[in-house]
Amino acid sequence: MSSQKFSRNESVYFYALVAIGLLFALFGFLAMHAMEEHGHIITGMNNQVVWGTPHVFAIFMIVAASGVLNIGSIGTVFGKTSYKSRTPLAGLLAVSLLAGGLSVLMLDLGRPDRIIVAATHFNPTSVFAWNIFLYSGFFGFAAVYLWTIMQKHLNMWSKPAGLLMFAWRVILTSGTGFIFAFLAARQAYASALLPPLFIVLSFAWGMAVFLIAQASMFAWNCTAVDATMLKRMKNLLGTFVISSLYLVAAYHMTNLYFAKQTAFEMFFLRDGGVYPQVFWIGYVIIGSLLPMVLLYLPGFGGAKSVVAASVLVIMGSFAFLYSFIIGGQAFPLSIFPGYEVSSTFGDGQIAHYAPSVPEIFLGLGGLAVAYLIALVSNRVLNTFPHDAAVASKNDD
Amino acid sequence: MIQNQPDHRQAEGCNSPERRDFLTKTSIGIAGLAIAPGMMLYEVAQARPAGEPASNKVRWGMLIDSGKCETGCNDCVTACNTENGLSGGTLDTDSQWIRKVQLKDTLTGHVSSLPMMCQHCENPPCVDVCPTQASFKRADGIVLVDKHVCIGCRYCMMACPYKARSFVHEVLTDQKTEVPRGKGTVESCTLCVHRIDRDGKTTACAEACSKAGHNAILFGDLNDPQSDISKRIRAVATTQIRSDLDLNTGVRYEGI
Repeated sequence: MSSQKFSRNESVYFYALVAIGLLFALFGFLAMHAMEEHGHIITGMNNQVVWGTPHVFAIFMIVAASGVLNIGSIGTVFGKTSYKSRTPLAGLLAVSLLAGGLSVLMLDLGRPDRIIVAATHFNPTSVFAWNIFLYSGFFGFAAVYLWTIMQKHLNMWSKPAGLLMFAWRVILTSGTGFIFAFLAARQAYASALLPPLFIVLSFAWGMAVFLIAQASMFAWNCTAVDATMLKRMKNLLGTFVISSLYLVAAYHMTNLYFAKQTAFEMFFLRDGGVYPQVFWIGYVIIGSLLPMVLLYLPGFGGAKSVVAASVLVIMGSFAFLYSFIIGGQAFPLSIFPGYEVSSTFGDGQIAHYAPSVPEIFLGLGGLAVAYLIALVSNRVLNTFPHDAAVASKNDD
Repeated sequence: MIQNQPDHRQAEGCNSPERRDFLTKTSIGIAGLAIAPGMMLYEVAQARPAGEPASNKVRWGMLIDSGKCETGCNDCVTACNTENGLSGGTLDTDSQWIRKVQLKDTLTGHVSSLPMMCQHCENPPCVDVCPTQASFKRADGIVLVDKHVCIGCRYCMMACPYKARSFVHEVLTDQKTEVPRGKGTVESCTLCVHRIDRDGKTTACAEACSKAGHNAILFGDLNDPQSDISKRIRAVATTQIRSDLDLNTGVRYEGI
């Protein structure tokens, strides 16, 4: 398509994109309504696998929301001015993703109508309750941060605001890791490695989301990302992917060494059917090794390779979360070590789970909410990263 | 004038210390006779008067003897379902507040069975993780879910080491008035709290086990050194399931 023809019909294309987002948001709404009407009986979740596909979508968006703001922090906190022009886009993407993730998380509740109870009956020992504050604080601080960035006369406040935002999102992502780390009785979780793992994963997933959004915006404006800048960002994505893989390997290696955890690791890594497949093929190969090839192998590493690598990293993130959340629950709880157990309640058996259509549409609906907020706000606000403006500063 | 004269005899008789003493003692005696059965029952059963909060002087618990628990017998489960209005279904999405677990020692091959339910921990992980304080522990050690405050996040189900909790996956009908339940909320064994608050005698599962002649479930006050359960726990080796987690469970086992 020629750029002239695209420019003539630009508005039409924009509204078409909005329409696609609205359609998926509508599907999400219908799925939520059906779940509200009939209960979770219409989902694949049950008393053994209590968190399912909606949590995969929700946690992806919440973790990526924190990670995408990393691009802003690189500019405002760590002084890399070439990233400063990207802060508004990073901030908007972060807020959009968090809104989408929280929508899914809230609408999957058994009683979403009681969400206000979460604010009126606060339990200080619950990491879920902490997260309610962390999430709402994230929205508030992100708004202030964006304000100091986008209003010239408030720019002097952007560094302290950025610093606060940086600290806040590190705590927020740790909080997401702690949700699992605090589950002392679950073989799959209960590890202090999870909060730092989630922080590193957030860097990778957030960067991948940002690179796709950035590429889309540049393509929409018929221009290209500055080659030096793209190379820096590509290398960062690669570093984050490798770091994530390292921490995931350390987590499983540690588990493998503990005799009491060996059965779980054998299930997760080898014998557990769909879960090892999703982990190895989805996360390790598609989500980590292939992106590294696309980013680092000679002959690759161009704009298209970076976008392809980013898409693969996001696909890998869903594979990681699916195997981690659902595979982790499918393995039977060790209640009676040293015994073979059986009961009518799934003791000693691998739990069954198959995602249902309403769950998938609820998750996609959340993605649509994030997509719509990002799409509309980026059109209304000036968030386009202008590399030319910062190139002359030659910051690093 | 005559009628105005005081009747010393009558006055002495009516107001004499002996008569007053007799009337006082008799009244106390009659009142005591009237109240005593209630007082006696109260003391024996340790039920609380309505409106009085649960006391931490009591800690309700159960001792389960897997040696007496008959493999194949499901009476405790059936009684629990009947008492609490559960369907008795065993699908992945059905509520099961108590379940029979078959155990086979992987080294010796020894087979046993036992009922498994909420262990009513002193330090319950479900209470720690609940964002809204819907999961709570009463002063008398019973761990419950407030159905009006539960938002259905299921974090307590993730945190429970005993897989003791169920989520209500669909619309419920014909609930028991004493046991409120609701779609979209989490529930588990209440230690028959409605019975305990009524008469403090025993739970439906323990009663059914006794009726079946097994007497594998002993219910009582762990804080009362004179209770049968306390005496038994002092006399025999008992186990807390997942004692490594240091939760100090209210439900103890022997024979495993």
